[in-house]
Amino acid sequence: MAPSNDWKFTRRDVLKMGAMSVTALAAPRLVAGGSESGLGATSKPVTAKVGMEVNGAQQALELDTRTTLLDALREHMHLTGTKKGCDHGQCGACTVIVDGRRINSCLTLAVMHEGAKVTTIEGLGRPGSLHPMQAAFVKHDGYQCGYCTPGQICSAVAVLDEIKADIPSHVTGDLTAKASFSRTEVRERMSGNICRCGAYSNIHDAIEEVAGGAA
Amino acid sequence: MRPFTYERAESPQAAAAAAAKTPNARFIAGGTNLLDLMKIDIEQPAHLIDVNGLDLARIEGTDDGGVRIGALVRNTDLAADARIRRDYPLLSRALLAGASGQLRNKATTAGNLLQRTRCPYFYDTNQACNKRLPGSGCAALGGFSRSHAVVGGSKACIAVHPSDMAVAMRALDATVETVKPDGSVRRIPIADFHTLPGNTPHIENVLTKGELITAVTLPKPIGGHQLYHKVRDRASYAFALVSVALVVQANGSGRVALGGVAHKPWRVEAADAELPKGAKAVAARLLAGAQTTDDNAFKLTLVERTLAATLAEAKERTA
Repeated sequence: MAPSNDWKFTRRDVLKMGAMSVTALAAPRLVAGGSESGLGATSKPVTAKVGMEVNGAQQALELDTRTTLLDALREHMHLTGTKKGCDHGQCGACTVIVDGRRINSCLTLAVMHEGAKVTTIEGLGRPGSLHPMQAAFVKHDGYQCGYCTPGQICSAVAVLDEIKADIPSHVTGDLTAKASFSRTEVRERMSGNICRCGAYSNIHDAIEEVAGGAA
Repeated sequence: MRPFTYERAESPQAAAAAAAKTPNARFIAGGTNLLDLMKIDIEQPAHLIDVNGLDLARIEGTDDGGVRIGALVRNTDLAADARIRRDYPLLSRALLAGASGQLRNKATTAGNLLQRTRCPYFYDTNQACNKRLPGSGCAALGGFSRSHAVVGGSKACIAVHPSDMAVAMRALDATVETVKPDGSVRRIPIADFHTLPGNTPHIENVLTKGELITAVTLPKPIGGHQLYHKVRDRASYAFALVSVALVVQANGSGRVALGGVAHKPWRVEAADAELPKGAKAVAARLLAGAQTTDDNAFKLTLVERTLAATLAEAKERTA
């Protein structure tokens, strides 16, 4: 089907939208710039160039400044392994590793990452040459639906690096001692990744196995 | 999200000057709060000034034996810094009690101070909110107000400041350093940095147009047992219902500040003097003049009990 900008609702679509969203359309939104022309804001999209290295490959992009790193990865580089869950930094499904640090790719703009090195789930390992964390998630069944899994795995890989780098956590007993691995530490450090299927115990087993192998 | 133009700042002063002369400009550093709010149309900048390239990410000693924390030091790096862990453990503890690992990797020191409230009525653009749209009213006052302020609020706003880091900085007598568009610098004691809502809840701090935070300084270490206790609805990755930042010296003197109870990190210096008398006396002084709703009156008891638990732990460590 050819894409169309027209809004064509079926009766079923309207019913699906439900009473709440219909109310929202009818009610005035209580925001500062009620009209599109408000605040001297530019109403036309603005583009900017940005270059970054993603999974070892150079990418030169020209993007709407509003494009998040997540949308740049998924929609412009077609790396759809990274998932969009809440799009507000609450679920962790979009976790990727940028310059060695795990971040929520939904809460950062692509144009802010000129020269950055980005690793997504596709860059950690490939079918036939899985990253040890990917293999451990498979072995321990660390998922059910799989939607949060790329974020969980990127986060887990970074968590082990953070412990190695002596970054403490909320549950670290002695701040002056070197950070160390424990299941309690993993639970705390992985709290930014939500799994609504509830595969947490298997995720912990997978991370523990990789940590044991690395120690 | 509304369209915006974008630039990368060359220097702190240039960033401040650009912010002053460009209509509706905002600085962006970590972006974890600003972008969240831009997506739901609460923040509507027409121009973003990216300050991430500025040389403001260092932690270094000051001449008076204290420490200067660059505005761009990430929450993770500040919490993990050896000097902070040794000399200002309260600050490390508060940072580690906040957000998630991913967010702490991005969030900056200055951005943490400037984050907006998580009041659900502020976030819901169909609700009245004097902070989001001055003059529209406050839906929290007659709404679900379990998480809201019990001290320092007003008839216009009962939102709370969400930061844990700022509560520790308040107890440690931090100073906020800024640069203005004309290049002049100023030092603002953290006690004066955040404002109470009054009739202008949309104003949350004393920064002027274009003024950019460059650093936060801490005086020389004060020692003692330093504890940060945060009470929340789940054990990790949630905002505080109540938090207590406590420093207790061997002789029983000390300092205390609260999070989750007011529009700013809450400290009443006169309450510090009550520490030897115990939690009840301290809480009474901290929460004098409290104004609660049916939903959040429990916070008064929760403050006293959290204080008592924190004092007991400090005592245990001394023994």
